[in-house]
Amino acid sequence: MEILVCVKRVPTVGGAIALTADQRAVDTKSSGFTISPHEECAVEEAVRLVERFGGSVTVVSLGPVEAEEQLRSCMALGASGAVLVETAPGEETGPLTTAAALHSVAASAAYDLVLLGNEASDTGDYQVGIRLAHLLGRPVATGIKAITVADDGSSLAASRTYRGVTETFTLPLPCVVTVKEGINLPRYPSLPGRLRAKRAAITRIPLSSAAAPVPDVRMVRLRVPDAPKKQATVLGRGADAVPALVSVLADIGVL
Amino acid sequence: MAVFCLVELDGAEVADASLRALTLARGLAVAGADGGSAGAGGAPADGPACPAGLAAVAFDALPATAAASLAAYGAGDVYVVSGILGYAPQAQARALAGLLASATDASVAGVAVPGDSVLGGSVPAGSGHAIVAAGTDHGNEVLAHLGAITGLPMAANCLAASAGDEGTVDLVRQRWAGLLLEEAVLDAPAVLLTVSTDAVAAEPAASPGAAAVHEIAAAVTEADLAVHAVETSAGTGGASLATARVVVGGGRGVGSADGFAPLEELAALLGGVVGVSRVVTSEGWRPHSMQVGQTGTKITPDLYLACGISGAIQHFAGCAGAKHIIAINTDPSAPMMTRADYAVVGDLHEVIPALLKTLHDRTPG
Repeated sequence: MEILVCVKRVPTVGGAIALTADQRAVDTKSSGFTISPHEECAVEEAVRLVERFGGSVTVVSLGPVEAEEQLRSCMALGASGAVLVETAPGEETGPLTTAAALHSVAASAAYDLVLLGNEASDTGDYQVGIRLAHLLGRPVATGIKAITVADDGSSLAASRTYRGVTETFTLPLPCVVTVKEGINLPRYPSLPGRLRAKRAAITRIPLSSAAAPVPDVRMVRLRVPDAPKKQATVLGRGADAVPALVSVLADIGVL
Repeated sequence: MAVFCLVELDGAEVADASLRALTLARGLAVAGADGGSAGAGGAPADGPACPAGLAAVAFDALPATAAASLAAYGAGDVYVVSGILGYAPQAQARALAGLLASATDASVAGVAVPGDSVLGGSVPAGSGHAIVAAGTDHGNEVLAHLGAITGLPMAANCLAASAGDEGTVDLVRQRWAGLLLEEAVLDAPAVLLTVSTDAVAAEPAASPGAAAVHEIAAAVTEADLAVHAVETSAGTGGASLATARVVVGGGRGVGSADGFAPLEELAALLGGVVGVSRVVTSEGWRPHSMQVGQTGTKITPDLYLACGISGAIQHFAGCAGAKHIIAINTDPSAPMMTRADYAVVGDLHEVIPALLKTLHDRTPG
């Protein structure tokens, strides 16, 4: 089974998100970078499938040259190939451009399965996997929390829970699936895996030759939402706070 | 401007997320009418009027109570689309593409046109119409399919949308699950957007009228129907995390899988459910389906009682929609304690049993 996993380099955010002076990007001077938890799970799922069915996992990212760091992290987990579609420094690509760029890579080899995270944790566009599937002319399921591939490898069942109901989609392979955190518990990279990833070759393709820019939602500026300036009312300490707590519960109307 | 709003049902009622979407969609429809930028409408006098205003779109069937809600939220027309059994996202998108095409070409107004008439991004330029859905798993999925089918851009999880200059739409949308907002311009022949499920309030129309219900058949292909959901009960029972009125949250401070028993008892007593932070699912104390946060579930309860949760920023992304937050934590400087409405400084293992005892004593039997 040949599997392609799409990942995105995003800032690691901790206590707060700060913006650059031009308000067009997250200030990353003091932050590291990672991939979304959904995508970590996509890589893990791909590695598990290849462990069972054979084949190989390739990871692809659209991003700056620094995204090689994230591709190598994925290789440390078991991916054997990596492709970087390289953007210019500071260039932000919208979901249409991203899907087109990923399509150029996904269509270049016979992948049985293309996995993505349900949404990138930074831009949260919720559409790249579906657009990619349409460009490839393949079926797609999104937000998936469990994948079961048929023993003969001809199809898979993908399921998720929505409004208390489990929805199961059956897709013939080849297909595209976007997954969510919770589908598995990703492993930690092994030392040999990390060493191998350090030396591994990464194929680099410039974005310009991969896809032409297309009109998309045009970002004007970013801002941090106004947090209501409220001071928590301290109801008390320990069990002594219970009477006050009960009266607040009554005021809110939940008793 | 005609604005079509995809409506989801929760039992026999319109889902809360869809009421929020209808509220934003109504504002967009009214703004489009006021601005006189109705787009490519035919002259109303000669031939079928180009639809304008807010239309709701539901699939399969529409209970009477739901139809009444749609009218109350300002929908002048309701399209009930038949021909798609169960949930098939690409087929729903194809049907919406047909509605968009029929709204644009008055000669086919009110009838479903073959879906492939809008294939390849051939929605006529300047139709100026909009299709809106709730920013749920279903809503985002269907609109992404619609974007892919039509070649149109799609803006996910918007808080606001208004007619801008030169036929564009100015919008504000969530990034980082709402921890960051993006102000953006959408310049496209038709507007596709979904509405944040936790940052837009649902408000009925000030002066609602009656809604005309139109039954239409979807024109979809076999391929559109190929990927469809087979539904089985998830067996969780009770209220779901996303829609619960009360959520009792547990974090690292709970300490173990067994430590959740008092929280579950309290949640049951308050008619709510238990939610957890990411560390709890990473530790394997509770399944990921109970996780509140950016990569878990977004909740909008009347009360979120956060016990032993320090409050990572990704967790706030999931609970910012709560009307009231009470935090219980041994550390008074934890982010959850400073951002809550009410705080109890103390060990949840002491406070929760004491609270349970008081509540049980209040209600004899």
